[in-house]
Amino acid sequence: MKPAIAPAFSLGLKDLIGVVILGLVLVVLLPLVLDPFRLNMVGKYLTYAFVAVGLVLCWGNAGILSLGQGVFFGLGGYCMAMYLKLEASTPEATKIQSTPGIPDFMDWNQLTELPFFWVPFKSLGLSLAAVVLVPAAFALIIAYALFKRRVGGVYFAIITQALAAIMTILIVGQQGYTGGINGITDLRTLHGWDIRTDSAKTLLYFVNAGLLIGVILLCQFVRRSKLGRILVAMRDKEDRVRFSGYDVASYKIFVFCFAAALAGVGGAMFTLQVGFMSPSFVGITPSIEMVIYTAVGGRLSLLGAVYGTLLVNWAKTSFSESFPELWLFGLGGLFIAVVLLFPNGLAGLYRAYVEPRLGSLFGRKGAEPKASPAPAE
Amino acid sequence: MFMGYTLSELGSIFAMQAFAGLILFSVFVLMSLGLAIIFGQMGVINMAHGEFMILGAYMTYLTSQLFQSYLPGLYGIYFFVAMGVAFLVSGSLGMLVEWSMIRFLYKRPLDTLLATWGLSLIMQQAFRSIFGAREVGVELPEWMMGSLPVTDTIEVQINGLFVMGLTMLIAVAVYLLMFRSRWGLQVRAVVQNRTMAGAVGISTERVDRNTFGLGCGIAGIAGSAFTMIGSTGPTAGQLYIVDTFLVVVFGGAASLAGTIASAFTISQAQSTMEFFMSGSMAKVLTLLVVVGILMLRPEGLFVLKVRR
Repeated sequence: MKPAIAPAFSLGLKDLIGVVILGLVLVVLLPLVLDPFRLNMVGKYLTYAFVAVGLVLCWGNAGILSLGQGVFFGLGGYCMAMYLKLEASTPEATKIQSTPGIPDFMDWNQLTELPFFWVPFKSLGLSLAAVVLVPAAFALIIAYALFKRRVGGVYFAIITQALAAIMTILIVGQQGYTGGINGITDLRTLHGWDIRTDSAKTLLYFVNAGLLIGVILLCQFVRRSKLGRILVAMRDKEDRVRFSGYDVASYKIFVFCFAAALAGVGGAMFTLQVGFMSPSFVGITPSIEMVIYTAVGGRLSLLGAVYGTLLVNWAKTSFSESFPELWLFGLGGLFIAVVLLFPNGLAGLYRAYVEPRLGSLFGRKGAEPKASPAPAE
Repeated sequence: MFMGYTLSELGSIFAMQAFAGLILFSVFVLMSLGLAIIFGQMGVINMAHGEFMILGAYMTYLTSQLFQSYLPGLYGIYFFVAMGVAFLVSGSLGMLVEWSMIRFLYKRPLDTLLATWGLSLIMQQAFRSIFGAREVGVELPEWMMGSLPVTDTIEVQINGLFVMGLTMLIAVAVYLLMFRSRWGLQVRAVVQNRTMAGAVGISTERVDRNTFGLGCGIAGIAGSAFTMIGSTGPTAGQLYIVDTFLVVVFGGAASLAGTIASAFTISQAQSTMEFFMSGSMAKVLTLLVVVGILMLRPEGLFVLKVRR
């Protein structure tokens, strides 16, 4: 654990340029070069970027590795899916069921009325609030119980991983309430607006990209605030921060809940763009894959996390389309290579090799000595 | 949930479920003994531990195939040979992994988690390419089949008894090795204070490599035991990794006795509840209780009191 301050607090202007470039890529470049199908796919990847950006704050800055981000992604996604499902299950649309007006999978599982926790999801406002609040509240319970007792590091990672396992088993097991292994499918409209058409998907892509950029700006604000500095200090010398009179647990709880809320937003956008939600996005494997997106992008770089997410998912799609056998070797190798060879991911490579050249190209601060990127943690 | 059973029926149910739980217990103990050494002693989060177990299971399968085709007369003893093979192969691979990967990461425990997860993906795909995606099973030798009637309503299977006895033997052997041998002394010295251990002349690198290899080798033996209760597939190991970590953490990471006690508690709770509700709910409930207890008592059941 070396004090790695430099990468986290670079100049504001540089960050802003980075965000503008990312915005141009997402909003102008990609929609111009990709057909609607591929664009929708990029939109799907970008929903994971919400989780990855949250992990940068939580893991990169505060040193809390959560292996349960899929749970929050899933909670957000399920909240959205429940609203959409109820809207699709009007009494007219489901009149062939033995109990019209409830989602089809409930009818198949011999439920005769809507379970109580589904009722709030009839309202769009409540559902949208739930997308953020349910994951955050769940995270609050976990974080409060664990951080107040100073459970951290490895133990926290293992417990969150167990939670991801529990959540998957629970969702799969309670078929009548959650749709089971298939998840909540056959979603049609959002407040009367058909989300299945190409134009809706394109619009959703732009909404998603806009939200993501807003989230990145918000995270940059958090990182540059005093709070962000305390998080980094906590990661590097927790005891010293505690002895200086800060309540370390509260800061950890905040950042964990914040990351969970972001993951929830990502999950909701996922449901909207893909049109279903299932337990396969909740469990251990997706949760740990989300960590690798962050690690590939660079655990200290918000923008890197977005590029890392896009890169890994693009690689996954193109590899598993053409060489399904090789994909797992590739992904596994990527995990090992990122950890052993480039602990700061793409962002670290960029800082070490591209940035100095760019600087000399523009004749601006070209000779600025670059400290070699300190390996995080 | 106890409605509709008489008292004696309930007794038999508990006894039979307890016995079924004991086989699960054996696999848990063997898995978590290895992990308790790697994670509890060395602080390495080995997410590929399940795959080392499956490697042992595949070795057992291969050995049984070899015995079937070349030494059918000696098939009765194949299991003992298989255990040795599983231990050696998993252990050597573990040492190789330690040398090529883990030794660079001792100061970054969370990174060992990511790297070994990558390793587990590679191993899974390797199993799939080599042995095929279909699950394989071994044929039990004659003397391990059948069951012993204890009372009219309770029966115990011989292979279960055998696996359990074996587990106990291995647990005792590990205990002796770790706490009563010179080598164990060196391991504990390195764990407690690496610099000082090095200063008094212990080769910490060699101790690390052997310790990691031993943990993986025991996982391989767990794989041999696993072939008796389940069929072996490329991804079967992943199902056990969360439970194993919980067992180790729940028991108090550095304590072998705690590991065994918590393996017993968790496997018995799960197997007893499985009779009364669906398997998935039993698992959810067990895991939730364990996580709940860990929230109240984060250091686990048994704590090694060490001043750091």
